[in-house]
Amino acid sequence: MNKLKMMPEWLIMVVFAAAILTMPIWMSPLGAAYPDLLQKFAIFGVFAIGYNILFGLTGYLSFGHAAFLGVGSYTAVWSFKLLTMNVLPAIFFSVLFAGVFAAIIGFISLRRSGIYFSILTLAFAQMSYNLAYSVLTPITNGETGLQLERDDPRIFDTAVTEGLPTTELFGLSMSGYSGFYVCAAFLIIAFYVSLRIFRSPFGLKLRAIKSNQTRMRYTGYSTRPYLLTAFVISGMYAGLAGSLMAVTDPLAGAERMQWTASGEVVLMTILGGVGTLIGPLLGVGIIKYFENIFSAINETVLHGFFDFLPSWLQEFMVFITSPFVGEGWHLTLGILFMLIVAFLPGGIMEGIDKIKSKFSKSSGQSDDSTTEAVREGA
Amino acid sequence: MDTIFLQVLNGLDKGGAYALIALGLTLVFGTLGVVNFAHGAIFMLGAFCAVSFNQLLTMSKKVKDESITFFEAFKEQPYLEIWFGDTGTMIIDYSVPISLVLAVPVMLVIGLVMERGLIRHFYKRSHAEQILFTFGMAIVLQEIIKSIFGANPIPAPAPDIVSGSAAIGAAIGLGDSVVYPWWRLIYLAFAAIVIGAVFAFLKLTTFGMVVRAGIHDKETVGLLGINIERRFTIIFGLAAVVSGLAGVMYAPILPPDYHLGMDFLVLSFVVVVVGGMGSLEGAVAAGFLLGILQSFASMNEIKSILPGIDQIIIYLVAVVILLVRPRGLMGKKGVMED
Amino acid sequence: MSNTVLEVKNVLKTFGGLKALNDLNLTVKEGTVHAIIGPNGAGKSTMLNVCIGQLTPDTGSVTFNGEMITGKKPFEINQAGISRVFQTPAIFEDLTILQNVMVPALASRDGDFTFNAFKSLQKENDLEEEAMKFLQEVSLEDQAHNLAGSMSRGNKRRLELAMCLIQHPKLLLLDEPTAGMARHDTNRTIDTLKKIKEGGMTKIIIEHDMHVVFSIADRISVLAQGTIIAEGTPDEIRGNPKVQEAYLGGAHL
Repeated sequence: MNKLKMMPEWLIMVVFAAAILTMPIWMSPLGAAYPDLLQKFAIFGVFAIGYNILFGLTGYLSFGHAAFLGVGSYTAVWSFKLLTMNVLPAIFFSVLFAGVFAAIIGFISLRRSGIYFSILTLAFAQMSYNLAYSVLTPITNGETGLQLERDDPRIFDTAVTEGLPTTELFGLSMSGYSGFYVCAAFLIIAFYVSLRIFRSPFGLKLRAIKSNQTRMRYTGYSTRPYLLTAFVISGMYAGLAGSLMAVTDPLAGAERMQWTASGEVVLMTILGGVGTLIGPLLGVGIIKYFENIFSAINETVLHGFFDFLPSWLQEFMVFITSPFVGEGWHLTLGILFMLIVAFLPGGIMEGIDKIKSKFSKSSGQSDDSTTEAVREGA
Repeated sequence: MDTIFLQVLNGLDKGGAYALIALGLTLVFGTLGVVNFAHGAIFMLGAFCAVSFNQLLTMSKKVKDESITFFEAFKEQPYLEIWFGDTGTMIIDYSVPISLVLAVPVMLVIGLVMERGLIRHFYKRSHAEQILFTFGMAIVLQEIIKSIFGANPIPAPAPDIVSGSAAIGAAIGLGDSVVYPWWRLIYLAFAAIVIGAVFAFLKLTTFGMVVRAGIHDKETVGLLGINIERRFTIIFGLAAVVSGLAGVMYAPILPPDYHLGMDFLVLSFVVVVVGGMGSLEGAVAAGFLLGILQSFASMNEIKSILPGIDQIIIYLVAVVILLVRPRGLMGKKGVMED
Repeated sequence: MSNTVLEVKNVLKTFGGLKALNDLNLTVKEGTVHAIIGPNGAGKSTMLNVCIGQLTPDTGSVTFNGEMITGKKPFEINQAGISRVFQTPAIFEDLTILQNVMVPALASRDGDFTFNAFKSLQKENDLEEEAMKFLQEVSLEDQAHNLAGSMSRGNKRRLELAMCLIQHPKLLLLDEPTAGMARHDTNRTIDTLKKIKEGGMTKIIIEHDMHVVFSIADRISVLAQGTIIAEGTPDEIRGNPKVQEAYLGGAHL
């Protein structure tokens, strides 16, 4: 392990932090440098990194993580309503509650493995979703979603006289770029924690569980506490992501808890590369970026795009491509997802590795790139 | 007594839909060993078979409305009515039952194409990868439907003659207040017939015998020199037809929209797990059982004691069963256990 | 030398109507290499499964260093000091060979559960050195950074042996450690086993290859139909007519 030239932690963190914090600059040529989208990158980044700690390291496929996201959002909005508009208590309580919730669901679901585990988490997520819509309306405000109101108690804040209060961090408003930088700071912390876990003995043991759980038991490990810990950590990440959603936009709806929302994070993780450190982030970036681009394209844009063609061909091209853009973005996403699972189960990171090994067959093992080092050494 | 009877009926007919989907799901899982998350989408495609056939039949043109005389009025009149008069009207009225016949070849082709073109390559992959791939497939199918039919539910009405309710209470001596929609009764009967037919096919034909043997022990059957792959394809087609028909018949009960499949998928997976992975009888039994449980949980008397129970009862049962009886009600040993 | 490490007492284990173990009694002394031989289906692997907690006996008990281990979970039994090499190699195919050896080493050091998520593996130099030492023992050190799953079956078995040895178990169970190995690999494995024999570790070995059995065993028990029919030193067993009849069908050893 030490024989591999692994990139030292501080260097990874410096590069990573620089890359994230300068996103408003280098994303602007790509037409994606507006706060709304950047916030989404950071928030879903946290979600996917956390999901990867469970799915990537232990191989347990959960379809219930959206429930933790939802719990995080609801908790944060309640903190804004009852305590203060400062985001720190909201984030703290969100992570805490999501962790407790994950501990309960994980404790039960982890009694089974394989597809039974997936179904159990799915069942819990659907129960949470259905209850949030029905009997839990006093807490969740049902279909309308939980929102701020002017006469909320907010015991630590002075009363607002007009309009709705905005979320803030010691006076700094959380809208626009400052909101992004707060999310980015949490993303950097989240990434650092994940990096440590990946490179720790604990992370190695989780991977060993993924590889051969039976052998682990005969090797003296009580595997369930390990799995539960990983489950709770990833649930806390989801709670953090949920609270950041509420921080940037203080309302929470039940649709965040639907199982298809869990499907989305699975998708991002797979697309980027399960079990790699930065793969999930790549997945988030690509999906959110193209979602943004593709959703904005309509027929007029397409006509402009195929303008150079003779008009009949132009019509034809527009006809062919229009189902895949705008509203049809999910269709493109679904196809992309099928292709990735079919041909590149390791995601984009596997693709990068493959290309790299083609170019540098001789260097082989002592590849000092992040991906290799992480895979080999973490 | 009356309410209980009605609830049982209600549950049976909801359970019929669950059982039909779960049957197909289990068939595919038991024989092909594939966890198919696109199975709900097949159900949805079936429902849209009914919808599109209905739309096809009601293609219409503007004609002058003769009933309004004091100004020029136009109305939409289906071509079928223009061409065939009353016969045309009748054909339109019976569009759902007729589309049942048409749906068989359509669903069969869809099933065969899916299996030969895509699913086949995933037999040897891990269950997680199968789930993920078929999940992607489900998204694609539902988005295609969305781009063709839009996001709103589209009704496909049942024939007029059965659109009312049956006075079954009077018929069996339970009082006149016990009435039940005809179409739902028909659905129940239909589910029973299809389930019966599938079981008869599997129990009485040689083909079915080989398939059941394959569910039991795939390797041995393969060693006997039987071309099991080809049978798998047919089984997948059969499963697609069963779920597709279940979808066609369900269209008059619930106007289908594009995410109907996802809604039913989760439920039918729960049904399959409760019944026991790989057990056909279990899937059917669990389908009806959960249907009945759910309809009882929706009774106001129950809801007032346990608020929200109707929303979660199925999942709750699934969780409890998975914890105390990991193999489900009738599951076999060693299926999907790692 | 005379301390009893493992004592199997009146163990009965049935599968359906079949008695896999029928009133089995076995005593293993400290520091010995105890071979179990017997025809196929005699219950040899079942016995090991009972010893490591994979199976619970219907009646009877297993005592390890004076402590009852029947009914304990596999990980508790391993932590108590029993490691096992399985008949089909049970390794972590997706990890590197070095990591394969480090995982059991961590189990011995950290116990059944430790949340050391913030410790860096790179700083575990002692652990890594020890892992390399044990890989040298089975001559896999130059492949340490390859994926374990890509190795030959023989190498996988040797890796599994190293994984067990690094735990410094008080009792090592070996289930046909040389089955399916080429002659050359078999000899290397015998050498390794002989080397650790000198270390004084107690071992139970199930083996069909009589060449292996007679070159390393101190004591031999013969198992047939779920019960021990003879026990003694290699020489005694060689000369025992009952054994020759039951197991060897009269053929001369």
